[in-house]
Amino acid sequence: MRGILNKQLTQRIIFMLLAYAIVQLLVSTNIINAYLQATLVTICINIILAVSLNLITGFTGQFSLGHAGFMSIGAYTCALITMRVPTIAGFLAGVLMGAVMAALVGFLVGLPTLRLRGDYLAIATLGMSEIIRIVFINLDSITNGAAGLNDIPRFVNWPWLYVFVAGTILLIRNLLKSSHGRACIAIREDEIAAEAMGINTTKYKVLAFIIGAFCAGIAGALYSSYFYYIKPDLFGFLKSVDILVIVVLGGLGSISGSVLAAVLLAVVSTYFQSFPEIRMILYALILVIIMIFRPQGLLGSKEISISMFNRMGKLFAFGKGEK
Amino acid sequence: MLEINNLNVHFGVIHALKGISLTVNDGEIVTLIGANGAGKTTTLRTISGLKKPTSGDIILNGENITGMSAQQRVNKGISHAPEGRRVFPAMTVLENLEMGAYLRKDKPEIARDLKMVYDLFPVLSDRQKQPAGTLSGGEQQMLAIGRALMSRPKILLLDEPSMGLAPLLVQEIFNIIRGVNKAGTTVLLVEQNAMMALQIAHRAYVMETGSIVLHGTGEELLQSDQVKKAYLGG
Repeated sequence: MRGILNKQLTQRIIFMLLAYAIVQLLVSTNIINAYLQATLVTICINIILAVSLNLITGFTGQFSLGHAGFMSIGAYTCALITMRVPTIAGFLAGVLMGAVMAALVGFLVGLPTLRLRGDYLAIATLGMSEIIRIVFINLDSITNGAAGLNDIPRFVNWPWLYVFVAGTILLIRNLLKSSHGRACIAIREDEIAAEAMGINTTKYKVLAFIIGAFCAGIAGALYSSYFYYIKPDLFGFLKSVDILVIVVLGGLGSISGSVLAAVLLAVVSTYFQSFPEIRMILYALILVIIMIFRPQGLLGSKEISISMFNRMGKLFAFGKGEK
Repeated sequence: MLEINNLNVHFGVIHALKGISLTVNDGEIVTLIGANGAGKTTTLRTISGLKKPTSGDIILNGENITGMSAQQRVNKGISHAPEGRRVFPAMTVLENLEMGAYLRKDKPEIARDLKMVYDLFPVLSDRQKQPAGTLSGGEQQMLAIGRALMSRPKILLLDEPSMGLAPLLVQEIFNIIRGVNKAGTTVLLVEQNAMMALQIAHRAYVMETGSIVLHGTGEELLQSDQVKKAYLGG
């Protein structure tokens, strides 16, 4: 048993290093050029956003439409810090502070609103993210109002992106594998039964909200540091919907589904840049078609895992042996 | 074991429980019967902490638990199998049963109770890897009872275990409830199937629109003209 576990762990580490090395190779050989690098950054940021929203909506079952609000808090916090301290240390402090601030707001907002269910919670979180946006517009002296912040120093590169994406996925995956994660899923499945089993439903809903907001804060911080320009309107209702689209498309309750959908949508959207007139029509059409044929999302609630490939490998080997 | 004194519960302006009092002694099966909307489910939900009372006391083994949260009450030995089964549909049978032991840390004892539940309901053992949502109604009810037993309760609250089940299954479920009770768990049973409930109950309370109107042994109430007329069809 121990041997198998170790083998799985080794395979996982090899897979993670491989993913890093391949992209690093493509970047250094300039196959991923400056233009495609923007897509790469978008993919990574969207993965963090989608996986963390999946924790809230897909696994814990709390319908949130305010993820862009948490993202904006991370973006502004990190931007303000790195503009004053333009060093790597400043950048890391900015990401951390951005995440912590977003988590704090998540906690303050979550405590009263998570009593609400379904559509009511969605409206409350939507209102919350609008309030955050309007606060940023009106805090002229700090945030430069609707014009936004310019010339934010850029520290984001592939190694940093990788660290934060892998960190987010591991954090949320391990959380979900723990008994805390079981509690979250039980709340999604049946809140009353979960409470009757002795699960503190409020605690776990708020916990999911805080961790989701924390990761969204990281995503926002990375965004501001790469695109060196942010304004409140970037983090409006539509941004929240974009993230939700990735989560639903990948499958509510599937981390690998969120990753897959984030990659797919970014690639599709980059490819369609060459057809600007019909770009949005095609994009919407793809979403509609996928939702017709895969209403549960690309992966449903399943996960792509390394052990799955192992099983497939064994199956093939077995088939060959038979012949 | 369990004592309820003068319990009042409101839903907004609606006075759902109007000062009810009842007692469940150690080792008993006590049933609460009555028509729809009499307040039976509300009584159970208030005992397990899912609903807060306006006034009154709930006392478990001499300790006043009225102000405690649902979690604390599970730890104190109250387990509630809620109305409508409410299994976790996307989780497997095994995961559902493990959720029942969520607050427990004693792994070897949990494994023993899991085996006990599988002995009680062999069909659950056959289906332990299957998502609970794919079970039949009767199997889901067995799972709901099994899950409630996994917290190793002192008192088991069962809300309409016979709902929507075929007569043969109802008989089986009631036999199992009797078995669970014989094995040492006190049971408070809410039922609409008054005939079956009164047959296995040591004592019974009859509720009508938020109040307890009648109380006696199961045998007495089966013979009572009032109960016969209202609930037993003759």
